[in-house]
Amino acid sequence: MERAMERRDDYLKRREHLKDLTEEQLEARFWELTEKLMDPVIKLAETHTSPSIERSVLLRMGFSSLESTAIVQQVLDHGLIGKGAGHIVYKTAKTKGIKIREAGLQLAEGKLWDEVDILFEKNPTVRANGLVVRKLTAWQCTPSRSPQLGDRSNG
Amino acid sequence: MDKLIPNEKLDIENILKDLKDYHPRRRNWIWRSSEGGTTSHISSDSKDAIYRVFSDHSKATKIGKFTYLETSKKLSSSVPLPAAHYFDNIDPQPSCSITTEIASGRFEDDIRRMRMAAWHGADHLMVIRTAGQSHMEGLIEGTPQGIGGVPITRKQIRAQRKALDLIEDEVGRPINYHSYISGVAGPEMAVMFAEEGVNGAHQDPQYNVIYRNINMIRSFVDAAVAKKMIAWAGIAQIDGAHNANATAREAWKVMPELMVQHGINCIFSVKSGIKKENICLSTVPPTAPPAPCMRMDLPYAVALREVFKEYKMRAQQNTKYMSSSTREATVSHTLNLLISELTSADIQSTITPDEGRNVPWHIYNMEGTDTAKQAFAGMDGLGTMLEIKRHNSELGDKVRELKERAVLFLEEMIEKGGYFKAVEKGFFVDSGEYPERNGDGISRKIDGGIGAGTVYERDQDYMAPVTAHFGYNNLAPFGKEAVNNPSSLIGGSTFEAPDKIIFIDELDEEDNVNVRMERTKELRNSSKIMPEMEWQGDGIVQTTMFLPTDKRTASFAAIEIGKKMGLTDVEVIHVEVMHPAEGTRVEIKGRVDFTIDTAKLDIPPEPEVMTEDEIRSIIKEKPMTIVAGTVGSDEHSVGLREIIDIKHGGIEGFGIDCHYLGTSVPLEKLIDAAIETNADAILISTIISHDDIHYKSMKDLHNLCIEKGIRDKIILVAGGTQVSPEIAAKQGIDAGFGRSTKGINVATFLVKRRKEIKESN
Repeated sequence: MERAMERRDDYLKRREHLKDLTEEQLEARFWELTEKLMDPVIKLAETHTSPSIERSVLLRMGFSSLESTAIVQQVLDHGLIGKGAGHIVYKTAKTKGIKIREAGLQLAEGKLWDEVDILFEKNPTVRANGLVVRKLTAWQCTPSRSPQLGDRSNG
Repeated sequence: MDKLIPNEKLDIENILKDLKDYHPRRRNWIWRSSEGGTTSHISSDSKDAIYRVFSDHSKATKIGKFTYLETSKKLSSSVPLPAAHYFDNIDPQPSCSITTEIASGRFEDDIRRMRMAAWHGADHLMVIRTAGQSHMEGLIEGTPQGIGGVPITRKQIRAQRKALDLIEDEVGRPINYHSYISGVAGPEMAVMFAEEGVNGAHQDPQYNVIYRNINMIRSFVDAAVAKKMIAWAGIAQIDGAHNANATAREAWKVMPELMVQHGINCIFSVKSGIKKENICLSTVPPTAPPAPCMRMDLPYAVALREVFKEYKMRAQQNTKYMSSSTREATVSHTLNLLISELTSADIQSTITPDEGRNVPWHIYNMEGTDTAKQAFAGMDGLGTMLEIKRHNSELGDKVRELKERAVLFLEEMIEKGGYFKAVEKGFFVDSGEYPERNGDGISRKIDGGIGAGTVYERDQDYMAPVTAHFGYNNLAPFGKEAVNNPSSLIGGSTFEAPDKIIFIDELDEEDNVNVRMERTKELRNSSKIMPEMEWQGDGIVQTTMFLPTDKRTASFAAIEIGKKMGLTDVEVIHVEVMHPAEGTRVEIKGRVDFTIDTAKLDIPPEPEVMTEDEIRSIIKEKPMTIVAGTVGSDEHSVGLREIIDIKHGGIEGFGIDCHYLGTSVPLEKLIDAAIETNADAILISTIISHDDIHYKSMKDLHNLCIEKGIRDKIILVAGGTQVSPEIAAKQGIDAGFGRSTKGINVATFLVKRRKEIKESN
């Protein structure tokens, strides 16, 4: 890991270009820079998804947490998460002429996937922020437990 | 269950019934409504020297005998501050929301604590999650027991929201319910919170990255989706920046970074769709005494409120420098409240003063809430008399310096390649005051952490047929209606059609609320009670003692004392040196394993008290005279004077003519004076109780009055700290009054007894 930087306080030298700004101008600069930092990040969020995001879609479509987890796992296994898990369930239901819930429950059990693979052009290459990402299933993310205080850190 | 009844316990079994069909009646956060009071606001013109502005005094609120400038609508049911009985039991409520955090690990016991907190004035009830929940993919279901918090599940939330709906009706004020939307299941939590009527939530992707080592890409991508749903549900969002303060080695040095963290979450939230008025900064005064904290914390508070004037302030209290002294914590927190009063707070959070020693206990949630209520009542309208020296002052210079340091921090982040690169380089939680760097910041890798490699690009044909979905959604091929309302494709999502929500009751046969409540059933269905601090039937009690020895010896001795008192699991929870050799204050906790059957207690009926006006009118109609004195060789006078003197609320105040003969008065002298003044009663004070001398004096008084032939006409009353009313009555006198007697108790008795005597003659 890269060693973090050590530096003495050079505030007086560094502030030279700020010293003539009014406080209003300083505040405006604060917001301009914050926005500049976050613009690429929000762009990344707009164009990407994750297993949790897809489960959140399925929850909103009326599946339970357990059902959503099973469906998204199937979607990941078939390399189709880029299509949207809800999209897959919706399109399958429409094509088969069955209810949304029925389609989802069958997909969760590993059924109907031959048809899904035909319905969607398979494209398993997934990238995030220019990095080729490894497919990692949810189960590999072991929870780590911290003692005493709960998940709040002085919330 | 339609309604709670103030003197009846909340029926938890009933709350848990039919949860499957319970849906919340509202979603959004509700701010307190001011009771015609003036609204104070921060002056947005930083040239204006007056910091807090009171806009309209004509709308000031009258409560009891006082005029308040910063209160909100009063509660229909509440527990006022302990000293309120001196002020006609008024209970002024501050204008900001008051938070208390309740999460003992057993949500069912927390419900009772929530009701108590609401009565004390909390309207923002925050539930901390169980340890490790932020690392769990997906939602937890059922009601397992938590560690240091509660597993946040649909059933747990639904039960607490259902209870809070009843509680808010009981106190007459909306209660905002709050938990956490961070971790690797953020979007799912957000769905559940929106569905279940959660009104406030922590959501800050930086918290995941820095403190929970969740992959930074995953954290930000998930956060945008979660935030969009937070926006839809009108949830008030709180960020996580205060954690830098709690984590940094020297908390007063991270102020520039804290401003940067607040800024990042604010902008990211706005871009995800949340309105600025629902975005709250979680801000903490960074330091605490014995540091000269106000001179550091106040400029920081001012700088934040200027830079973030469009956002809301959630003022938290300092936890970084808490010890196990609840007294010390209370003082630090009161100073924090002074900062809120001098600047502003939309939400005033409270930290329980016992947090430095254990997971908060019931009583300390009430203490923390009361500390805020008490301080704000006392400081009401302070801004009309004090102003912050904003310009050409030490504070003014510091405010500017903080703003500059924060801007420099941002400039360097951009120079180093943006947010993710800066995190990799350990920019955050460095103990140096930026631009000073000590090289001890927390560094995370862009491809590291929990959930790394789980973010996928959305394809051209990505689609999600649901409401409030953030980001690219290729709906155009599905028609115009789908573009406007994506969930029209599925006949409405759970947000429009809550009946579609699938409710899971329990997944674990052993670890659930039913099993836990079965064990404590007797305590709910019988007259038996047990002391408790956290959970029903935990049997925990706390004892404070002074031991005349050194600190270490005292700690070990205290444990033995606890054991000899019959306690089990005895632990020392606080030790404080009074003097290295002379002694130590020790507080211990331990458990008792017995119950008390309240049905078998011999509880004398509570003395009836007439109103002051009733007594006055009776005395006015028929005047009353008494003679009084401290008897025996006893020089105490305080107790009797409090019963008599008008300035202590004594019986003189009701118009009773009192002849006070002083201390060490012989009984004969009292009786002679009574005969001479034709008194209705003799009042004796008997403080000394050695060898039961106080009861002997009562008997002697009774017998002497018989000898003098006045016993059937005169009322004999004795009082003192060691007097038991029951034993006193057995000595032949009319009544005895013990500790905590007030003038009105004695006056009520005198008036009633005189009437009885008259009727029997």
